[in-house]
Amino acid sequence: MNMPLMALRVRDVHVSLAGQEVLHGIDLSFVAGRWTSIVGPNGAGKSTLLKALAGLLPVSGRIFLFDQELMAMDRKLRAQQLSWLGQNETASDDLRVWDVVMLGRMPHQEWLATPSSQDHAIVETALRATQAWDWRERSLGQLSGGERQRVLLARALAVQAQVMLMDEPLANLDPPHQVDWLEQVRCLTAQNTTVISVLHELGMALHADDMVVMQAGRIAHQGACADAATHRAVEAVFNKRIAIHALDGQWVAVPKL
Amino acid sequence: MTHQGARWSPLGASITLVVLCLLGIALGSAVGSTGFESWLNAWHDEVAWQIVWDIRLPRSLGACVAGALLGLAGALAQGLFRNPLADPYLLGSASGASLGVAVALALFGGNPFATEFLVRLGLTGAAFVGAVLAVLLTLVLARGVQHTLRLLLAGVIVGVVLGALASLITLMRPDVLQGMQGFLLGSTSFIGWTSCILMLSVLLVCVTFAFALSRVLDALTLGESTALSLGLPLAPVRVALVCVLALATGTAVAQTGLIAFVGLAAPHLVRSVVTTKHNWVVVLSTLMGGALLLAADLLARLAIAPQEMPVGVLTAVLGGGYLLWLMYRSQTMRGTR
Repeated sequence: MNMPLMALRVRDVHVSLAGQEVLHGIDLSFVAGRWTSIVGPNGAGKSTLLKALAGLLPVSGRIFLFDQELMAMDRKLRAQQLSWLGQNETASDDLRVWDVVMLGRMPHQEWLATPSSQDHAIVETALRATQAWDWRERSLGQLSGGERQRVLLARALAVQAQVMLMDEPLANLDPPHQVDWLEQVRCLTAQNTTVISVLHELGMALHADDMVVMQAGRIAHQGACADAATHRAVEAVFNKRIAIHALDGQWVAVPKL
Repeated sequence: MTHQGARWSPLGASITLVVLCLLGIALGSAVGSTGFESWLNAWHDEVAWQIVWDIRLPRSLGACVAGALLGLAGALAQGLFRNPLADPYLLGSASGASLGVAVALALFGGNPFATEFLVRLGLTGAAFVGAVLAVLLTLVLARGVQHTLRLLLAGVIVGVVLGALASLITLMRPDVLQGMQGFLLGSTSFIGWTSCILMLSVLLVCVTFAFALSRVLDALTLGESTALSLGLPLAPVRVALVCVLALATGTAVAQTGLIAFVGLAAPHLVRSVVTTKHNWVVVLSTLMGGALLLAADLLARLAIAPQEMPVGVLTAVLGGGYLLWLMYRSQTMRGTR
């Protein structure tokens, strides 16, 4: 039998923040070319897990990115393969939108090199993909919260990494742009990019291929989004205050009143 | 802060600033108690030549270079700390330099801008060593440069404590009071060619390093995690940039005393006319700092001629006014958005 290629493997990972352990022995595998959403109540450790996967936190345990030990990898090589979009990161207002997205090309550039024509083409594609092309000459400070988010998403896309990690990518986006994001992710997985996202909107999260359900620093469940067991696990971690139903061939989460 | 309206291209802005600096230096060499005549007579009059070549020219050039050092340091501080109110003195270098000068004055006595070479050298050295030691102390207290907030707080603590020590020395030795006050206000009057060349060399080194490392400042505008995720060696570059910041500030402070606001205002002025990446911001802030201090120096010499004002007083008044205007303007802009 052919084993599927694993983009990321996590083995017994513990993470402590400010002296307190917040992730208690995580074991997970993410199949390459699939979209996984991570859900769970506030404080479950979703963002911490995503940061650990990006190699942004000191962890005990082992994380492998395509069979290479993440923490031992050359940082530039890692940055080429793994793109990160953070949550609520303070971005200063003074940079032009074009320059912000061009930062995504940094892992592919030499230290003092000027951007190549390929870099320019990739930045343009990323800006058009998030419909941010028209603001390329503006500074970040002149944009609204949702517009900013689309620019930051374009920045993450411009890395053209094989693995994309996104923390609350839908923050501040209006419904049409949330749908755009969904199509963007489908497009990425079709090109065999692995996408892992932390999402609060359960309805959106249920559109993913797979789901990781977290609670209190542990994995409560990992499974396909279409799977009934996954739905029961989600309902359980939210204290059965929500219910998941089928509607027009999609899964929706509704509050239980 | 957002800036709208007409934008300059970075290249156009740099050329304008270079021209302004050159004009300022030329004008500076023509202004003084003996007036424009010395400038006209310089070719055939020995004394006039001396006035222009040995006094006015190094003074004007020195003002420009000292301002440039402060402008560069300001741009680095604001980029590193991602705080538009960061200024070159925030790691404690100002109070460190003051303490150094206070100690030196108490030991040697006399005026910080005395002409005797050894005393001058002693005071300049004391100010420089004081500034650098203060920054090192801040780094030790903050346990490195990785934690930005801790670094800022440590800078405040070092500033307050060393400032208090300097005040204590002045209190116990009232005879150093006048000299101390002169240093605190800052002056460009006594810059000679040696100082000019020293400052220019330091400036070249600092600008080169800052320019080469500026892409890290660009990445830092998106937050630390994103900068790290882009594969940048954040830790060593931060250390290097703090060193450049301390070197530039220490050198300027040692030669001209504590000149206020130039380092804070120069990057703001740059950003109000150009939206660009940090490599240009660093270069443009350097030029802008030079032009600012040069202009302030000219004004200080002309305002109450034939008397002269300490240039630090002028930069404080003008810089304070500018920031006040900036504050109200950004408030109204936020109100209308």
